[in-house]
Amino acid sequence: MWKDFPLLPDSASTMANQIDMVWWFLVALTVVMTALIAAAVVGMTIYFRKKNDGRYATQIVGSTQLEILWSGIPFLIVMGLFGWGTAVFVNTQRTPDNVDIDMYIVGKQWMWKVQHPTGQREINAMHVPVGKVVRITQTSEDVIHSFFVPAFRMKRDAVPGRYSQQWFEATKVGTYHIFCAEYCGSKHAQMIGWVTVMEPEEYERWLASTTPGEVPEEAGRKLFESMRCASCHITAQGVSQIDGAAPRGPSMVDIYGREVALKDNRKVVVDDEYIRESILHPMAKVTAGFEPNMPTYEGQLGEDQILQLIAYIKSLKSTGTKQ
Amino acid sequence: MSTSSLMPAGAAPVIATERETYLNNGYGWKSWLFTIDHKRIAILYLVSISFFFAIGGAFATLMRLELATPTADFQSDTYNKLFTMHGLVMIFFFLVPSIPAVLGNFLVPIMIGAKDLAFPKINLLSWYIYVVGGLFTLYVALSGGVDTGWTFYTPYSSTYSSSHVSAMAVGVFITGFSSILTGLNFIVTVHKMRAPGMTWFKLPLFIWAQYATSLLMVLGTPVLATTILLVALERLFHIGIFDPSIGGDPVLFQHLFWFYSHPAVYIMILPGMGVINEIIACFTKKRIFGYSFVAFSTLAIALLGFLVWGHHLFISGQSPYAGIVFSFISMLVAVPSAVKVFNWTATLYKGTIEITTPMLYALGFIGLFTIGGLTGIFLAIISVDIHLTDTYFVIAHFHYVMVGGMLMAYLGGLHFWWPKMFGRMYPEFPAKIAAVTVFVGFNLTFFPQFILGYMGMPRRYQVYPPEFQLLNVLSSAGASILACGYIIPLIYLMWSLKWGKKAGPNPWNAKGLEWTIPSPPITHNFEAIPIVTEGAYAYGPPPKVLGPGHDSPGPHFEEESVEH
Repeated sequence: MWKDFPLLPDSASTMANQIDMVWWFLVALTVVMTALIAAAVVGMTIYFRKKNDGRYATQIVGSTQLEILWSGIPFLIVMGLFGWGTAVFVNTQRTPDNVDIDMYIVGKQWMWKVQHPTGQREINAMHVPVGKVVRITQTSEDVIHSFFVPAFRMKRDAVPGRYSQQWFEATKVGTYHIFCAEYCGSKHAQMIGWVTVMEPEEYERWLASTTPGEVPEEAGRKLFESMRCASCHITAQGVSQIDGAAPRGPSMVDIYGREVALKDNRKVVVDDEYIRESILHPMAKVTAGFEPNMPTYEGQLGEDQILQLIAYIKSLKSTGTKQ
Repeated sequence: MSTSSLMPAGAAPVIATERETYLNNGYGWKSWLFTIDHKRIAILYLVSISFFFAIGGAFATLMRLELATPTADFQSDTYNKLFTMHGLVMIFFFLVPSIPAVLGNFLVPIMIGAKDLAFPKINLLSWYIYVVGGLFTLYVALSGGVDTGWTFYTPYSSTYSSSHVSAMAVGVFITGFSSILTGLNFIVTVHKMRAPGMTWFKLPLFIWAQYATSLLMVLGTPVLATTILLVALERLFHIGIFDPSIGGDPVLFQHLFWFYSHPAVYIMILPGMGVINEIIACFTKKRIFGYSFVAFSTLAIALLGFLVWGHHLFISGQSPYAGIVFSFISMLVAVPSAVKVFNWTATLYKGTIEITTPMLYALGFIGLFTIGGLTGIFLAIISVDIHLTDTYFVIAHFHYVMVGGMLMAYLGGLHFWWPKMFGRMYPEFPAKIAAVTVFVGFNLTFFPQFILGYMGMPRRYQVYPPEFQLLNVLSSAGASILACGYIIPLIYLMWSLKWGKKAGPNPWNAKGLEWTIPSPPITHNFEAIPIVTEGAYAYGPPPKVLGPGHDSPGPHFEEESVEH
């Protein structure tokens, strides 16, 4: 029976143990404090119960020493816990430098669409190798969702109009629940799926056995062509003109991660968020030296297509430029 | 608290049936619906919030029925509407008004020695506003319900939901004004209407709690009203405020919503803490240990309550630095909460403790609030909250505070002051059975949910993986026991109105101005305005040497000045 009804969640990521340590300390604190208070309340209630012996209650005004003691000790405990908990937060939230797999996830009512860097696409399922750092960049097509894998102790809202990131490194082979944790309407409880953590060799076999779609950069390149982005934006190193004229928009080569000056003298770092904004709301932040004449692509591109365009623009590096 | 110019020497009028009270000086419907007597308005509230509690409870019953099996029994939209309506009804139409509008309305003027609240007509107005808001809610419930969750998160509520969001928003918006007016009335009353000699530090701690709650209501509720209005504007006129597809920001809504709704959590618990002080003092026959620390911890909780809303947004995309600051301030709330629990526990020391029904509820409150408070620390620590937020752990935590805390306090307070309100005792034996039933049923319902949350079961799930079923079945079983615990008091309290033993002015030998007047009180509460000479909780044998307002200190404890 206990096999069917476990009372503890699986612990299958590098951060699970760190978070569980804080958790178990808190559980111990709660049990000890509740037991002490309960023992004091029950004990004193019995010991000092009213009997017909003429005893009067002893009136006690209070004690400043005791008040200092029992506000000071809890203060120190919660500050210690705050420090520890925050250290674990900083540790577990900072994405490691060596990201092995960059995964894109788009939530929509009521499914999770997963895009592998190698071109595989899955719905409500995610296959990953054990021991690799997986970074998830996620957003939503409609309402707020939240990508939650209890076994990894990770959860983050997928907010429409924004990108958010989370990462994990699985430590144990197995299949684990994916839940949507933010209420998102009618079939919220069915916006669930499975993460399958596999041995690296087995993962390679899985990759080989699936027919990959296009890798995101390639799909992005095709979109760039078909949406006629290339009629204003240069994508190749050493090119300075489009159809014999100065390009009407900034070059995409090496643009990702760079700081660019805007028309209104502000500066902005070109990241996922900025590229998305420039596609959907081109007038919001116009690069200095260019006329504000880009049309909006709002309503013409889905969130996964925008992610593919971003992946393509990211890939346009001056050394080894694709295309 | 003794008084010098009161009724003749503590005597209950002998011919109680002939004596005019606030209850028998008029019987027609007009005498109730046009009353401006704070006590009659309290009874109006008692009836209306009991009605809404029954409705909210019915929703909860259906939810637990659905959750007894892992598969779907209702339509998914039906379940979503059930938990939404359960939350909305219980929070806005039961918990927020419960202690302030019923017990507070009845007791605040009496406890400070006043004939009524400062604005009796506004007091009646706030009940009417509550009723109008309630009618909107009933309309929504009967015409198909609303499915956004009580939190109304955008853009689901503003753009995607096809249920009655606008009507419900109007209902909550209207009801908010009822809170604001009650809060305003209490603040002015406590400032201006205290009887001669009733200084701030002679006030019963119940009044401090009502005062702090009123501040929260007056300062927080307008923000909720504004936020809900913005959602309605976006729904009706497509003004881009929260929906990113029309230029809004969905997370902005969460900031605005929790700016009210976190203080609202304290609106829902502080009055309960106030009740617990009165009950413990009476049934230990002792003053509350560390009166001024308890009073100031109330204000500290109210103040900090406004600075912690961001702990609801740890995973929403709020800046991690903001998250750390909110985590820090949230941790601080643990300190004044702990101070209260320790002071209540210390009050038991060397008391003469009587286990009556109100005391059972009060002692239960201490235990359950301890668990509710400590589990709040889990959720204030960001790294742990990331795993626990939006799971059943959160549900269990706030039910320990709201139901284990506030509802136990409300039931305790209702039993404690029942003889004062209606002049008759409730029957003690069934009342104790009910109190124990509530305690057992409550724990069985909500304790398994802590484990479910740690296992990862998200809240607001109609269907769930089969491995969660055992704990859910336990929870549903507990809920049926809990329901019995609520039905028993309904029966014997009604019974006691006619057949209960006559109470007399002070059945508990309690201190406090409300126990110096007959039960039920006359319309103007006092024959003559009392002059207060003693501090709150002046229990025990008369002090030997010390002057008025001072209790004889124990040998190891310092004297604290309570005269200001």
